[in-house]
Amino acid sequence: MMNMKRSISKTFLYLAMVLYSLTILVPLFVMMMTSFKTNAEIFNNPFGLPTSFNVDAYVDLFVVSNYGKYFLNSFGVTILSLALAVTMSALAAYAISKYKFKYNRAIYIYFVVGLVVPIKLGTIDIMITMLRLSLFDTLWALIIVYIAMAIPLSVFVLYDYIRMVPEELSSAARIDGCSEPGIFARIIVPLIKPGLAAAGIISFIPNWNEFWFPLVLIKSRENYTIPLATGQLFGQFDTKLNLVFAVLSLASIPVIVIYLLLSNYFVKGLSAGAVKG
Amino acid sequence: MLEARKKHAKFLFLFIFPAFIVYTVFMLLPILNSMKYSLYTGEGLIPDQFVGLDNYIRLFTEERYYTKFWNAFRNNIKFFVIVTIVQNVLGFFMAVLVTRSFKGSGFIRKLSFLPTTLSVLVVGYIFKLILNPYYGVFDKFLGLIGFESLILPWLGDPRTALFVVAIAVSWQFFGESVLFYTSGIDGISKSIMEAARIDGANIWQEIYHIILPSVLPIVGIVTILIFIGDFTQFDIIFAMTGTRGDPNYSTDLFGSLFYRTAFSSSERGGWGTGMGAAVATMMFVVVTIGVGAFLTFFTKKREALEK
Repeated sequence: MMNMKRSISKTFLYLAMVLYSLTILVPLFVMMMTSFKTNAEIFNNPFGLPTSFNVDAYVDLFVVSNYGKYFLNSFGVTILSLALAVTMSALAAYAISKYKFKYNRAIYIYFVVGLVVPIKLGTIDIMITMLRLSLFDTLWALIIVYIAMAIPLSVFVLYDYIRMVPEELSSAARIDGCSEPGIFARIIVPLIKPGLAAAGIISFIPNWNEFWFPLVLIKSRENYTIPLATGQLFGQFDTKLNLVFAVLSLASIPVIVIYLLLSNYFVKGLSAGAVKG
Repeated sequence: MLEARKKHAKFLFLFIFPAFIVYTVFMLLPILNSMKYSLYTGEGLIPDQFVGLDNYIRLFTEERYYTKFWNAFRNNIKFFVIVTIVQNVLGFFMAVLVTRSFKGSGFIRKLSFLPTTLSVLVVGYIFKLILNPYYGVFDKFLGLIGFESLILPWLGDPRTALFVVAIAVSWQFFGESVLFYTSGIDGISKSIMEAARIDGANIWQEIYHIILPSVLPIVGIVTILIFIGDFTQFDIIFAMTGTRGDPNYSTDLFGSLFYRTAFSSSERGGWGTGMGAAVATMMFVVVTIGVGAFLTFFTKKREALEK
């Protein structure tokens, strides 16, 4: 009886898991497959595989629609903002966790509050500030906003990593005459590399996918990022369906690849945050 | 810890300052400053004429403003309820299944987070294309398995559009809840689980007496994150139903209302920057009250369980 019951529940479990996997994979599969089809195939044979791998859509996007430039913009904005955000956050987290002063706790909370502040609601002021600084419609506007957005999570993650570094190492270096910035650069940074990587990777996805700020702050086509290009060009390809699906595939493939390569970091970083709360 | 005396105060300042200034000027202050702009009006992009509470008075007394505002508010509540049920309730049960030991559980865990990594915009477009009445795969599939009667203009009908949009968002972020709940369930000590099983607890008793109390803080976090995300959600509406929340504003949420009112020209539904700032301020008030209410609710629940 017990065995019977167990085998039923295992069957149910596997059935549920297969269904679950299909709901995730089918939409992505449809998207990528369709981008290789011709328009006629899309209408006549919506479920079949493409008869030949037709890469016209991709060639079109790179040659005619300047997609190489949009990728470069996205990479530049993402990498620069993450590098700067992680550096600033590491310095701040170091000061908060390793120096004792009156407001350690208050400053830590001040930074972490940003995890639940909807920055979107400050967009009007951000736009006006960028206009005043003459940064409106430049990639710098995005870089600055993305740094601000990445700081709370980076401080939150790095604070714990830095606290774990034994005090004796810094004290010994200090006695040997090492300066304070030297201690940070030569002792702390090498020891918290996994934390630096985690902070950068967790912020990568929201940063790479961000659509709202480019939509508001960027006007010129040569400054489009991939999400903005996706949002603005999508409607123009109404009659060329393979192009439409290729645009979506191009926007997703980089994050999918990076996620598959680094998924352990994402999962560890995010679940640590959830459990600690 | 190093006592920060005068000698080190310089470094303390130097280390904290860059992050502090960027974060303050481009994240926290903009919200306060936007509130300030809600008291102004003007023709150009920068509202420069002080009008006191006039924007708010108009927002709540002039029909063309308040109908849109309350409509977006109602839609947002429905949207939040659907997403919360799918992500919290279904996500929780999925996490219970995923944490059973079986072959392939590692793969499922990895896979479940994949949609969360995509951009909301892309997910919206994928769903829109799949649901397209002319070439969409979904309707063709329904026809294939003999459910022609279920073929509906999913995004064209005000009765179904909001539901479909909410499902698209839930599809994307489902994996995130599964991940959060999974890590909570993983954190429960094995011996407690085994003891319960030896005592003959069935799965429901196990869930109710052991799993649920341990993951309650996570329910709180997930709900609050969904709440903030949903009441500022914009990308999915832009992708699936446009900035007017078609059809006939039935999918208009606070996020799309804010975008339209603050950043569109008046022909395209813009209300001017000052009025847009008033909308943003009201959104901030709603989000703050909501987060406060959920925090109180979950803290009380937790205290009650700990007694």
